[in-house]
Amino acid sequence: MKPTDVSNPDHFHRVVDCQWACPAHTDVPEYIRLIAQGRFTEAYLLNRESNVFPGILGRVCDRPCEPACRRGRVDEKPVAICRLKRVAADLKGEIAPHLPPVPTRKNGKRIACVGAGCASLTVANDLLPLGYEVTIFEKQQEPGGLMRTNIPAFRLPTEVLSEEIHLITDRGVELLLDTPVESMKALLERGFDAVFVGSGAPRGKNLDVPGRYDDPAHVHIGIDWLESVAFGHITAIGRKVLIIGAGNTAMDCCRTSLRLGATDVKVMARKPLTLLKASDWEMEEALEESIAIIPCHAPRDFVLAGNRIQGMNFDVLDYHEHDGTLESSRLGSVFFPADDIILAIGQENAFPWVERDIGIDFDQRDVPRVDRRTMQSTRPGVFFGGDAAFGPENIIWAVEHGHQAALSIHRYCQGEEIGLRPPVSLHLASTKMGIHEWSYSNRYDASARRKVPHVGLTERFKNIRIEVERGFAPEQTQVEVERCLNCDIQTVFFAPKCIECDACIDVCPTACLTLAVNGEEEDLRGRLKAPANNRKQPLFVSEPLTQTGRVMVKDEDQCVHCGLCAERCPTAAWDMQKSIVKIPYAFDVPGR
Amino acid sequence: MSFMKKPKVSHSGLPRNELGLSIRDYEGSMSTLCAGCGHDSVTAALIQAIWELNIQPHRIVKMSGIGCSSKTPAYFVEAAHGINAVHGRMPSIATGANAANRSLHYIGISGDGDSLSIGLGQFVHALRRNINMLYLIENNGVYGLTKGQFSASADQGSTAKKGEVNRQPPIDPVTLALALGGSFIARGFSGDKDQLVPLIKAGLMHNGFALLDVLSPCVTFNDHEGSTKSYAHTRHFDLPAAQADFIPRKIPIQAVTAGGEAIPVALHDGSTVILKKVAKDYNPMNREEAYQYIQKHRDGGEIVTGLLYINEDQAEFHALNDTVSGALRDLPYPELCPGAAVLEEIQQLYR
Repeated sequence: MKPTDVSNPDHFHRVVDCQWACPAHTDVPEYIRLIAQGRFTEAYLLNRESNVFPGILGRVCDRPCEPACRRGRVDEKPVAICRLKRVAADLKGEIAPHLPPVPTRKNGKRIACVGAGCASLTVANDLLPLGYEVTIFEKQQEPGGLMRTNIPAFRLPTEVLSEEIHLITDRGVELLLDTPVESMKALLERGFDAVFVGSGAPRGKNLDVPGRYDDPAHVHIGIDWLESVAFGHITAIGRKVLIIGAGNTAMDCCRTSLRLGATDVKVMARKPLTLLKASDWEMEEALEESIAIIPCHAPRDFVLAGNRIQGMNFDVLDYHEHDGTLESSRLGSVFFPADDIILAIGQENAFPWVERDIGIDFDQRDVPRVDRRTMQSTRPGVFFGGDAAFGPENIIWAVEHGHQAALSIHRYCQGEEIGLRPPVSLHLASTKMGIHEWSYSNRYDASARRKVPHVGLTERFKNIRIEVERGFAPEQTQVEVERCLNCDIQTVFFAPKCIECDACIDVCPTACLTLAVNGEEEDLRGRLKAPANNRKQPLFVSEPLTQTGRVMVKDEDQCVHCGLCAERCPTAAWDMQKSIVKIPYAFDVPGR
Repeated sequence: MSFMKKPKVSHSGLPRNELGLSIRDYEGSMSTLCAGCGHDSVTAALIQAIWELNIQPHRIVKMSGIGCSSKTPAYFVEAAHGINAVHGRMPSIATGANAANRSLHYIGISGDGDSLSIGLGQFVHALRRNINMLYLIENNGVYGLTKGQFSASADQGSTAKKGEVNRQPPIDPVTLALALGGSFIARGFSGDKDQLVPLIKAGLMHNGFALLDVLSPCVTFNDHEGSTKSYAHTRHFDLPAAQADFIPRKIPIQAVTAGGEAIPVALHDGSTVILKKVAKDYNPMNREEAYQYIQKHRDGGEIVTGLLYINEDQAEFHALNDTVSGALRDLPYPELCPGAAVLEEIQQLYR
C-alpha cells in the first residue's frame, strides 16, 4: 500500500468517528472535555458553532454520532454524546454576549427565508454577523417549524425551543409570523438579493384504502395531528388508538395519545421489528410506556359501523429472504378495534406555491433539483435547505444545509463563484506536557454507559408538557465524560525516528499496531496483530522504515487513544497530538 | 519507563487458545524497564509463545537472578510460580526445583551479567546437568542497572555511550554451550519476533537444557553508533543460519515439510521442530560444524542466529540420575519419607 497521506485533513478527521459522522461535524471530544472541566458555557458555544441548537439537539437529535462512536466497538455501548450535549445546554451561563456581534451598519443585501425552521434560522444565524438583512416568512403564529409542531413538548420543552430561537431572532431578524408565502414569483419580485427556502416537508402521506374518508373526525394524518396538539387545537383522543407506521413520528403519536386520554395504544408496522424506521431509543421509550409495537401487519381496510370507525383489518405478513431480497407472503388477516386511527407512514415536501415557469426545476417526484454542495436550485440566487431540499432528513442535516446555503448566499451576494468553497483545514498540536504527562485524560475508564433518569410512569402522564427525560445527574455526567476515548488526540507517527524496537506494538492494549513487510491492502489486513475486519476503518501505512524497510501499520478500528505507544516510544516517533478540524462558515470568509 | 498500566480493555476480536484464554490473560504487571528496552519485546515474545502452546499459567515456573533482565519474570504470566534469586544463583535454585517437581515448565531468565560474569559457574553446571528448562539470556553487552559499563559479552572494539572502547574479548554463551555439550542451543534477536517466538516454543518443549541467547538492545546505554549490540548493528549483521518452526503434535509433519530443505526433529512430547536451513552450508545437527561456522562468521563480524544446534537424544538430568518418574509431591508419604530404619540401611552402605 502507498504511505497514508496525513496532510489530507480527512485522514485525521475521520479518526474522530463521531465528528466525521455528524452532518455538521460538531467537535464532540472537545466539548465533552469542556464539560468534564465544568466549562459548560464554553462547551455550549463550541456546540453552537456547528449545530446552532445544542439544547434542542441535546434532546431530540437523530444522533448519527452515537452508532459511529468508537466506544461502541471496544465496549458494549457508545458514549452518551447526545445526553452530554444537553448537560452543557442545561448548565450553561449567559450566551448572547459571546456571540459574534451583528454590525449596526448593514451591508445592503436583503435575504428572504421561507419558513422559520432550523434551516432558515441557521441561515439567519450565519448571515447576521456579516451585515445581511434577513426576513423570515412563517405561516404559523410561532417560529420553530417542525421542531415546534411535530416534536411533542414532553420530549422538547417549549422554553428550550424558544430560548434557542430567540438567540437568533432577537439579533435583528425581521420575523413575519402568520405570513405564508403564496407565490414564489411574487416573492422574487420583491427585490431580495437571495431567497432561501426552508419550508420543510409539511405533507403527511395518506393511506388510501377502503373506508379512509368515511369518518374523517377519527382518522388523522400524524404530523397534522401533532401540530394541532402542539397548538392546543386537539386536547383529547379515544381510548383505543391504532398508529399506522413505525417511524419516529409514529413514536411521537403513540406517546402523545397516551397523554390525551388513550389507554390502549398499538403501533402497527408493516415490516419486521428489526427493520422499523424509528430510532432504537425512541422505540425503547415507547415500550417503557407500555405501548405495543406490532410488526408484520399491513393495513387492509377501515372497518366502520354506520359512519363511526370501529377499527381496522390487517394482513398478517411473513417475511423471508429470497435471492438477497426480503419478500413477504400473506398468512391471513386480523381485525384490531380502535376509536381513533393515526396515519404516520411518512411525509413529503410540497411546493404548490412555487410556480413551475420561473427557472426552478423539479424532478419526476416533484422535488426541486438542488445541488448537494451549494444548496442552490436551478435558478441562481434561490437556495433550498432542510427537508424542503431533499425530502425528510433530520434537524442536524437541516442545520448543515443552512450553513452551506449561508456560505453560498454570501459568495453569491458578493459576486463570487459559489462552487469554489473555502477548504476544510486541520490543526495538530502535541499534548505532551512532561515525561509522563499528557494534557488530556488518557486513562481508560471501564465504566458502562450511564442511563438517563426518567420521570416516573404515573407522574409523567399528568401533563403533556412534563419532560420525561430528566438529564444526567452530576455524578452520572462525571462518569460518562470519562468514557470518551479522546479520538481527537491523534496518534501521529514520524517514520524516520522509528528504530523498530517493537515497544509500541508490545504495549498496545488493543493490538492496533504491526510492523510488516508492505503489501496490498487485502494481504496486509490478513497479516496484522489483530483481525482487521472493519473495512470502514482505513489502515494507516507509514513510509518505509530506515532499518528494515518494513512499514508501520495501524488499524484505527479499536485504538483507545490511551497514548501508551507514545509513552513507550524511546525516540518520540509516536506523539499524541490534538487535532482541530476547522470547518469554514460564511462568517469565516468576509466579503468585500 | 512508563507510569501507565496497560488498560484492561482489549481488541474485541482477540482470538482464544485451546484453554479459552486470550493472549492478554498471559500478561504480567507493568514493566518498569526503559521505554524501548529489548527485554520488553522478549517478554511479549514469551507471552505469545506460551499462549500459542496452550500452557496453563500455573504449570509454569519463572526464575531469575539480578539485573534488568531478571525483572522480566514479573512482566509475563502473572498466575505462574516464580522466584527472584540471588545474583547469578538462579541455576542452582532451578536445579533444585526441577529435581523436586519435573512435571512443570521451567523458564529461567538471565542476563549477560547474571550468567556470564557472577553466575558463570552456576550457568555452565546447569547446562552440563542438562536440566529440563528454557534458559533465556537477555544479552545486551552492558550493565544497564549500574549505568552501562561493559559486560562480559561486550565485543572487542565496541564503544560505550561516551566513546570508551572495550578491549577485552567477549564470552559468547552460544559457542560456550556448544563446547560444553549443550543439547539445545539457539540465538535470537528481540527485534525479530517471527524468529524468536518459534525458538522459545521449541526451547520450552525441548527435553533438556535449552539455551536461548537473545540479543536484546539496551536502548539507554548501548544503542548508539559504535555499539555492536544496537538495534541497527544487530539488524545489519544478523545472519540467520537455521530457522526453526515448532509444530504441535496434532498437525501432520508431512504437510509442513513438503518442498524445501527441511529436517524434522521429533520432541519427546510428540511435537516436532522443523529445521529449515537458511544458510546452505549450515548443519544444526553437527556440533563441530556448527561451532566452526559460528566462529568463522563471528570473526567476520556477523551474528549467526536461529536454532543452531539440537540433539533430542541427549539424556536430561532425571534420566542421568535415574530418578522417580513423577513429581516428588505425587509420591505417597511412606515412599517419599521411608523412615529411620531405611535411613539406617543407607547409612550402613557408606560405613
